[in-house]
Amino acid sequence: MLSTLQPPRSLTLLPFRRFHGSKTIASLASSSPTLDASSVSPPQSQILTTRRSLLSGETTASEIAKSYLSRIRLTEPQLKCFLHVSENVLKEAQEIDQRISRGEEVGPLAGVVIGVKDNICTEGMPSTAASRILEHYRPPFDATAVKKIKEMGGIVVGKTNMDEFGMGSTTEASAFQVTANPWDLTRVPGGSSGGSAAAVAANQCMVSLGSDTGGSVRQPASFCGVVGLKPTYGRVSRFGLMAYASSLDVIGCFGSTVADAGMLLHAVSGYDRFDSTSSKQDVPEFESQFLSMDSFESKPLKGVRVGLIRETLEEGVDSGVRSATQEAASHLEALGCLVTEVSLPSFSLGLPAYYVIASSESSSNLSRYDGVRYGNQVMADELNKLYDCSRGQGFGGEVKMRILMGTYALSAGYYDAYYKRAQQVRTLIRKDFKAALDHNDILISPAAPSAAYKIGEKKDDPLAMYAGDIMTVNVNLAGLPAIVLPCGLVEGGPSGLPVGLQMIGAAFDEETLLKVGHIFEQTLNGSGFVPPTLPNVA
Amino acid sequence: MSTTLFRTIQPNHFTLLTTALLRTRRTSRHISVRCQTSTTTQQSSSQQQQPRTSAPKNHGSNKLDEILKDYEAVIGIETHVQLSTSTKAFCSCPNSYGSHPNTSICPVCMGLPGALPVLSSKVVDFGVRLGLALNCSLSLKSKFDRKQYFYPDLPKGYQISQFDVPIASGGYVDVDIPLEFGGGHRRFGITRVHMEEDAGKLLHSDAGDYSQVDLNRAGVPLLEIVSEPDIRSGVEAAEYGSEMQRIVRYLGVSNGNMQEGSLRCDVNISIRPIGQAEFGTKVEIKNLNAFSAMSRAIDYEITRQALLYNQGQADQIVTETRLWDEGAQKTVTMRKKEGLADYRYFPEPDLPEVILTQEYVDSIRASLPELPEAKRRRYEAMGLGIQDVLFLANDVSVAEYFDEVIGKGADVKSAANWLMSDIAAYLKNEELSISDVKLTPQELAELIAAIKDETISGKIGKQILFELLAKGGTVQGMIKEKDLVQANN
Repeated sequence: MLSTLQPPRSLTLLPFRRFHGSKTIASLASSSPTLDASSVSPPQSQILTTRRSLLSGETTASEIAKSYLSRIRLTEPQLKCFLHVSENVLKEAQEIDQRISRGEEVGPLAGVVIGVKDNICTEGMPSTAASRILEHYRPPFDATAVKKIKEMGGIVVGKTNMDEFGMGSTTEASAFQVTANPWDLTRVPGGSSGGSAAAVAANQCMVSLGSDTGGSVRQPASFCGVVGLKPTYGRVSRFGLMAYASSLDVIGCFGSTVADAGMLLHAVSGYDRFDSTSSKQDVPEFESQFLSMDSFESKPLKGVRVGLIRETLEEGVDSGVRSATQEAASHLEALGCLVTEVSLPSFSLGLPAYYVIASSESSSNLSRYDGVRYGNQVMADELNKLYDCSRGQGFGGEVKMRILMGTYALSAGYYDAYYKRAQQVRTLIRKDFKAALDHNDILISPAAPSAAYKIGEKKDDPLAMYAGDIMTVNVNLAGLPAIVLPCGLVEGGPSGLPVGLQMIGAAFDEETLLKVGHIFEQTLNGSGFVPPTLPNVA
Repeated sequence: MSTTLFRTIQPNHFTLLTTALLRTRRTSRHISVRCQTSTTTQQSSSQQQQPRTSAPKNHGSNKLDEILKDYEAVIGIETHVQLSTSTKAFCSCPNSYGSHPNTSICPVCMGLPGALPVLSSKVVDFGVRLGLALNCSLSLKSKFDRKQYFYPDLPKGYQISQFDVPIASGGYVDVDIPLEFGGGHRRFGITRVHMEEDAGKLLHSDAGDYSQVDLNRAGVPLLEIVSEPDIRSGVEAAEYGSEMQRIVRYLGVSNGNMQEGSLRCDVNISIRPIGQAEFGTKVEIKNLNAFSAMSRAIDYEITRQALLYNQGQADQIVTETRLWDEGAQKTVTMRKKEGLADYRYFPEPDLPEVILTQEYVDSIRASLPELPEAKRRRYEAMGLGIQDVLFLANDVSVAEYFDEVIGKGADVKSAANWLMSDIAAYLKNEELSISDVKLTPQELAELIAAIKDETISGKIGKQILFELLAKGGTVQGMIKEKDLVQANN
């Protein structure tokens, strides 16, 4: 349990704290971690703080909800993280307050304000995957993850913006709006879960759900300076997640701390009989990993074997990112980890294999959007024209491109050369990861080759954008869990741009990732990745 | 939500499909055993003439026979069997025929965003049963694939099916050709049996200006049985089809009803000059909703193709799908195939592989009932003639009834005679099935015994029979009540 509790950021409603550090990248990671966190106190779990303050009567769920709603009202015009804000937030908060005042039990997420990516179904609330073809679509059921959140008292505050159907790395491919990065409004928040990442960074919600097919949780977490957790494939039910690439898709979690991301993951994890790819593996109680700093020993990660993936620091990676990663490795060493370089020979094969598999599966998964049963239908006097027009006008450019690529890759005569070969590469990547993880407890790498780039910068250069996924896609191909957490800043924007460190674990070993991640985060000198005050926010 | 279901679809180039897609509900189900065999007989005998009458006029019957004898037909049949599971294949919607449109649907079988399929274990169970019954080898590890195409009755834009690793493959089925068609045994190879889901139905407006989608049938489990191209005539095809129907009914995996579309046969047929090794151009025939129609359609098609060959117009036999037009008694072009359809199959990522353990397979094998072929051979060994054998083994409930009667010690020949003559006639007149009658197998055995030991005469036996069939009761009771003991006793 956390021993030092501070009022959650949400309750202060003060302008954002400015980041204290200088703009040099080495400022955060010290070679000898000071466990007394001299300058800024380490970030606190908002979920635990909320739980504590609600149960102690210090505040009410309604007050918390109100503060978040007004925060959203203030910041949303610049950020555009949400496609829909729920009308029921206050009502749900009041119900929690009533339960507390009646002395009834409340769930572990009671009063926690949660954003949900728009490709995750929420009953009666618009769920469009940021696509025109599903504009105004309201599903008749909750995704299993959402159902679990609601059962535990969590409040779904709204639906976050994303690249249409998860296809993109900037959230610019949303059919409805472009989300800005809270660290620099002229930059992208990353994608595809850009809305979910930016909303947590800007404190519009405490935690959020995203989805990660090739890095869509981890890369925006890196760009926005928040924690992004991609669980093992099968850990969280995909039921209610609009499929992009079924064999790669996972629902992931964002938080401003490792503890929050971990507790949200715990809430949504577990076998679901409505998803036959969900796993029956036990879900451990992650909360015991989130010890307060007081209880850390001098070398709290003594003996943890960390492999730094050599291929992720080669050319094509920004020097700032490279040194931030190396600093992070030093920090882990200082905490007692044994850091060595490891090589994944198949590393560079992942990206093309990923795009073949993801496009192929998406070309199939998106066939159901035909305008016949739901979604936007363009009337036509002939069936093929109905399909042409409904899909032609309903899908955006990026989606159409991937459907075309996938259709091509699965076509007779090309299947063996593309899809089948990509699956062989996938097996190879799995093997390489397995070998590396046999000798290491976790592997580390940058989360992305660069920090957030400018809006529009890569919009017309899809290959450059795809190349940005190189750090993350292999993890999806192997189905492994990974966490991204801020580890440093590089120059750019009004007060620097965050850079994330990716930690990759063995299948179903989120526990180790959370433990190492939490200690890393709590001991990072000058930690506390809070974006600068948004300009013109009154 | 229901409003979204009935969206209007404008008529389209596929309107030719109308008849194939519209399966009209026929309420009168003839379950009488006699009726079934007799229709098969009628149907099969009529095939002798039908194609000839619809063949071009300038060919006399004899001349046609001359032409036909130079050619050999190569026929393979794809049979779709709708399984009688209580739920659909991948969701828990009830699998019920004839419900009001779109009342048996859910997010999964409607293909709503985010919905995922979960396989019903019953489908695997039935697949294994049928695979074993068809003497196939089972894949202990098979998988599902997606077969992709767009059509409004296909909610997901793909059908979950099995492509390169079906659950069962490499089997065979033995049939007896009825005596009137020359008799004899035939063995047809079974290429494969695979699991898949059915599509919904399109309902077209009377004026033909719009169509509606009914998704009740979407997701209903099917087993598709593909035969080897071993079949050579309409008669053989009809017998193959009938055997499939018998087998699925014996196994209890389907009601095998062709009118409801629970059993659907598509025929692939080509002909080649006798002696030629390579196959001719293959034509597919659909819309065959009775075995008689299948037999006639095939014989029509053989004649049509043979005449084209004979007239030097073999190039006019093209790869196409033809429909059987029952009214005109001929096959007509439904659609020409432009190259091979590319279904872009790939492994279904939403479903894990289907893993069977040997113990599971063995336990199912041990639970299989006696199958039609085994029954026929057993009846034959008991001394029954082939006509009797075919009659008795045709309907599983008749066969079971017969087995019970002889199990009570009744004379085999007498039991067969009673079932085939008086009881069958009664069932036909009353439009009943054997399971509806009040006469228990025990009492039929008693009746046979009473006649045999001359307690009662055969004539009196008949009187009692009809009363017992209609009202039940015991033979002894009836004899006592009516004082029917033969005078000479």
